[in-house]
Amino acid sequence: MLPDANSSNTPVSSGLKVAALVSVGQHPKSGRPRRADQDARAVEMGIRLCGEHLSLVHAGPEGKGDIREQALRQYLGMGIKGLTILHQQEGSDALPALASHFKDQGADIILAGMRAESGEASGMLPYLLADRLGWPIVSSVADIISINENDAEILQALPRGQRRKLRVSVPFVATVDQAAQIPRQIAFGPSQRGHLKGQESIDEIDQVKSDWEETPARKRPKRLNIKKAKSAADRFKAATAKPQGEGGKIMKDESSQEKAQAILDLLVSEGIVK
Amino acid sequence: MILDWLLPLLLAIALGLMAIGAIRRVSLWRAGQAEPVNIITGLMAMPRRYLVDLHHVVARDKYMSNTHVATAGGFVLSLALIILVHLFGLDNQVLSWALLGATTLMFTGALFVFKRRTQPPQRLSKGPWMRLPKSLLVFAVTFFIVTLPAAGILPENFGGWVLAVLLTAGIIYGLGEMVFGMTWGGPMKHAFAGALHLAFHRRPERFDGGRSTGLKPVNLAADSLGVAKPKDFKWNQLLGFDACVQCGRCEAVCPAFAAGQPLNPKKLIQDMVVGLAGGTDAKYAGSPYPGVEVGQAQGSPEKIITEGLVKADTLWSCTTCRACVEECPMMIEHVDAIVDMRRFLTLEKGETPNKGAEVLENLIATDNPNGFDPQSRTNWAADQNLPLMAEVKEADVLFWVSDGAFDMRSQRILKAFVKVLKAANVNFAVLGDEERDSGDVARRLGDDATFQTLAKHNIDVMNQYRFKRIVTTDPHAFHVLKNEYGDFGGQYEVLHHTTFINELVKQGKLRLDQFKGGNVTYHDPCYLGRYNGEYDSPRELLKVLGIELKEMERSGYRSRCCGGGGGAPITDIPGERRIADMRMEDAKAVGAEVVAVGCQQCTAMLEGVVEPRPEIKDIAELVSEALIEEVH
Repeated sequence: MLPDANSSNTPVSSGLKVAALVSVGQHPKSGRPRRADQDARAVEMGIRLCGEHLSLVHAGPEGKGDIREQALRQYLGMGIKGLTILHQQEGSDALPALASHFKDQGADIILAGMRAESGEASGMLPYLLADRLGWPIVSSVADIISINENDAEILQALPRGQRRKLRVSVPFVATVDQAAQIPRQIAFGPSQRGHLKGQESIDEIDQVKSDWEETPARKRPKRLNIKKAKSAADRFKAATAKPQGEGGKIMKDESSQEKAQAILDLLVSEGIVK
Repeated sequence: MILDWLLPLLLAIALGLMAIGAIRRVSLWRAGQAEPVNIITGLMAMPRRYLVDLHHVVARDKYMSNTHVATAGGFVLSLALIILVHLFGLDNQVLSWALLGATTLMFTGALFVFKRRTQPPQRLSKGPWMRLPKSLLVFAVTFFIVTLPAAGILPENFGGWVLAVLLTAGIIYGLGEMVFGMTWGGPMKHAFAGALHLAFHRRPERFDGGRSTGLKPVNLAADSLGVAKPKDFKWNQLLGFDACVQCGRCEAVCPAFAAGQPLNPKKLIQDMVVGLAGGTDAKYAGSPYPGVEVGQAQGSPEKIITEGLVKADTLWSCTTCRACVEECPMMIEHVDAIVDMRRFLTLEKGETPNKGAEVLENLIATDNPNGFDPQSRTNWAADQNLPLMAEVKEADVLFWVSDGAFDMRSQRILKAFVKVLKAANVNFAVLGDEERDSGDVARRLGDDATFQTLAKHNIDVMNQYRFKRIVTTDPHAFHVLKNEYGDFGGQYEVLHHTTFINELVKQGKLRLDQFKGGNVTYHDPCYLGRYNGEYDSPRELLKVLGIELKEMERSGYRSRCCGGGGGAPITDIPGERRIADMRMEDAKAVGAEVVAVGCQQCTAMLEGVVEPRPEIKDIAELVSEALIEEVH
């Protein structure tokens, strides 16, 4: 079945529930709150999957009538009727609230930006959320090619414009970055008429973050690049060359067991698995 | 004789049907949104608006104005007298002779209409309009003959039944076109709708020479923003569309039409008529939108305009230069209607084409269209030592810098103007980083929400300081500050820099050398000239510099747009030619080596034309180069 309203080539089963995590972004030049660019791309991908059935979830302070609300409303301006806000105090950890929300409400696909534009911006939230839910996570998704109740075919963005096709089982978490489609224009009318649904939620103070100290970044002198390329063709080559692999080996014909063992050995040697 | 009883009957029927048609037509207009008008004042003002304002526009074409005076004057007089003589049967020789005179006048006018229609200019609509001169002639001749017996020139039963039958046919045909057709949608509809349109015009201040914006603030709390369907227009806007006489003068001056972009102001207005009356454009007999086939458009008052009636590209092609509005003898406001429809596309659909979305998002986040750091707005003046309003609090002149602050070419104009201000010892200050985009582009791209935010902020900032007047080098900011901030409580005296420098020169505060260079022509910016009527100051200044202008064929109120207005460079609808190239051809045609301008947007557009071409210089630059500075 095709998604309604916003046309897309991606066939999505009507039963699938798609959600996008949205945060309050910060404009790099003016510092003003806005829709976060990567989150907006996640919303764009969601709209292309299931039109206005996409559900938007934000964890944070209620902030009625302030500039944060206007920033959140920008997501509604993309054509979604409502946005769920899991109420939290300033400085609370979004993770437990989101995890419990999705455990209660359920979802098949959770879309998110790779990294927030304000706050901790560690880029860890999607990973920790997937971990809590016990779902796989795919990072840097450029496009979702096809999807059904059981699995999805996904195009993952790799450096230098390369793409990798993946198959992942539903449910899963996917993060998007610059490689995904740019978000659609914000329409003022719908953004103001959309509904912000507040919801009580788990409010755990983020202990780690509360110990941090925030200061504006210091401007540092930049090292100038010496351009070696003499021609446009050289520059193009430099920009598109595949990264030179260092070490490692490609295992294709070995058995699954051997492949898994090789990965495990690497993880142990890197000290990730103990 | 048969006509003795038939003529009054036919007259009564025609007038009755006309009244029914009028009620029907009025009900079509009333489908639009309510808009209070003063009926009495409007109707009282109508004759003057018709005889003076409208006639001034028509009189730009002497042939047509004389023709129209004779035909229309003759017809109105004839009809009044016909009712008296033939309907009420007033047996009065004087009236009958007057009627003979009136029909003769009308006949003479109609002959010239006929002559023009033998080889009609491209801009005129054909179709039913081609039969109009014949109808006029038939009407005039028929009633001339019918009146002869009443005037005592011919005996009562002259001509027998053959003539009686011919006259009856002529009466039916003449009355059908001229009376019945007036309210049932024939070519004569323009007289009925036009008269009422003049009385209930949406921008009545224009008749007293008032300068105004046609754009009214959007109520942002409404259920739907902008005009989506024909019924979302104000009722008097619908009435205005119905007044169109399809003369195509708008089409002849429209820069987008000339560039082959899919816009033709005449067709747009006719499509609006299709929208208000319902149906298709199959009967339209004029030039199409370039590249768009006629006959496919469908509309009704309840149907969304951009879904089948008018393509969105048509609306986005307009540069808002108002050449069509200036040229329209029926005083129709094309540009405001276009912006009304753009508002729906931007505010409700989020479908501003090409760079539109990006520019609007930048305006929201950084207060300038290109997303530069708002804290870098005054970087251009790092070496200028400009007094900041935040520090001095008070100055004679507030220099509105505008977004030219971020553009390296415009910065040269700004610096030249600062040099002039300093040379004349003007007490001035700038807002610095507190200034934001004036909102011109946002508003014309249909984003009235962002416009209102910017306007209110700018007004709040300016209200903190004391100054006598605002001067700016940007005609767009000039127009917005002068004519559009009033709706939000910002009343200012705003001057364009050419007006201000001209004042300084007249006061003897500047000593200027003579211009040493080649031929100079002057390009009138739309927002300075047509929008605000300032044609003289720039020319006077150039004269002071010793320049004898080579005026382009299209200058003054007929100036051709550079293509840079209304967000057109941002939405960038493809055409066959570039508007700026055509304007440069105008300049080359008069042998100009320098094109003097008064607008940074025009500068950018005209300098975008490939060389070899004349040099582009803002008048501020020309003046600053000619300054004789005193050496101490």
